[in-house]
Amino acid sequence: MDKKALLEKIAFNVIQGRVEAEDEGFDEGLEGQPAVTELVKDAIKDGTDPKSILLEALTESMEVVGEKFERGQYLIPDMLASAECVGVAMDLLSPHLIKAGVKTKGKFIIGTVAGDLHDIGKNIVAIMLKGAGYEVVDLGSDVPTDRIVEVVKEHQAPFLGLSALLTTTMRVMRDVIERLKEEGVREKVKVLIGGAPTSEEYADQIGADAHCKDAFQAIDLLKTMAS
Amino acid sequence: MLIVGEKINTSRKSIAEAVETGDAAFIVRIAREQVAAGAHFIDVNAGTFLKEEVDYLPWLVETVQGAVDIPLCLDSPNPEALVKALECHKGEPMINSISLEEDRFRNLLPVVTSQPCKVVALCMAQTSMPTTADERTAVASELIERLTKAGVALEKIYVDPLAQPVSVDVTMGSAVLKAIAVIMERFPGVNTICGLSNISYGLPARRLVNRTFLTLALAHGLSVAILDPTDKRLMANLLTSEMLLGHDEYCTNFIDAYQNGGIEDD
Repeated sequence: MDKKALLEKIAFNVIQGRVEAEDEGFDEGLEGQPAVTELVKDAIKDGTDPKSILLEALTESMEVVGEKFERGQYLIPDMLASAECVGVAMDLLSPHLIKAGVKTKGKFIIGTVAGDLHDIGKNIVAIMLKGAGYEVVDLGSDVPTDRIVEVVKEHQAPFLGLSALLTTTMRVMRDVIERLKEEGVREKVKVLIGGAPTSEEYADQIGADAHCKDAFQAIDLLKTMAS
Repeated sequence: MLIVGEKINTSRKSIAEAVETGDAAFIVRIAREQVAAGAHFIDVNAGTFLKEEVDYLPWLVETVQGAVDIPLCLDSPNPEALVKALECHKGEPMINSISLEEDRFRNLLPVVTSQPCKVVALCMAQTSMPTTADERTAVASELIERLTKAGVALEKIYVDPLAQPVSVDVTMGSAVLKAIAVIMERFPGVNTICGLSNISYGLPARRLVNRTFLTLALAHGLSVAILDPTDKRLMANLLTSEMLLGHDEYCTNFIDAYQNGGIEDD
């Protein structure tokens, strides 16, 4: 198989959500055919540039998944199946990316704010951003404000994502932004917020850079921020 | 099986507007509808109003209990709002909810032990949300132990196993169901309570998913469901499940509902 056809096949299988040959896909009749694990291994063995596997197969296919999700054609389980494919592919690919000196799109620190244990939405965003080529540092949930600020400083991260599901805890997002200002790093990091009670107006109110309604909007926004 | 009517919650737009404008007639109508449809408790929640909750929650209590003679489920983690709501509540309320989160437990324990009440014990651990059935059971056990030690009778405790979306993790349904069964067996006399809508988040046909989950939860021993009792198909499912589980003597409730048009065969 030529290189282009192989990359297209990887992308196709990410969109189908097929990790291994034995998996069924979104469409019928794919069981038994090589899937993401087998194909990525083949591509690496063939000496395909790891960067092109990342960009042309993985990142591009997740954009297609994002579009399908926006249109309502894909639901959360479909999206997660694709994300798992990207996760598996990234595990296989990472050592080769490092060896080839390929840089990520930047560090993205993410966490659910203090007092809030809800992490489902935050986890989905973290998985998607990894697939989109960001180096994600996931701090988990109920993360103390000081710790978030410390990690942003330590990693000199250009991006910070804050999550909250409760009306009582979304207020903590403002504290994080204030602490970033006090520490003199607010201008160095873009702050994105998300979670059920948050909104664009709320992001404006507390001086966040953006509100994301879902993982794909986060990816889109990051793209415009980079350009 | 007891029912908590869930509709008076300010996360719903119409309720938020009624609360803000003091439209008591609207709130009363929603309360009466739910009682007529079979609710044993009416949930009141003004949690979306951060500052005003301390005034809105007691207003809801007075408004609802001014019209219907029924105990309420006071739905708030805010001790100040709860204390003010309790002051005007008639009868024995249900407080929803205490959890193992440190601040929440410490702040709410004095409230739930200050007077006779039912307590919802939410399976939220100190530092994480449980995922497996074992984690849920462990949190429930600790909550039950700490509450009973503080003087709350086992029969007054309503453990909420914390349903989470199956769209995100397909084991979430079975984890909650198993936790319900284990908790009911391990602590005879304790109650379990659960909302239905979390389970179906992110899926199509959510009402179908919710009512099927209710049937399964009942089969695993769930004692109280938080739901919309004006949803006829949901209530039909509930009545039918209760009968099939042997909780409806001589099938009376089922047959009555059928004869009154509450249940239809397809």
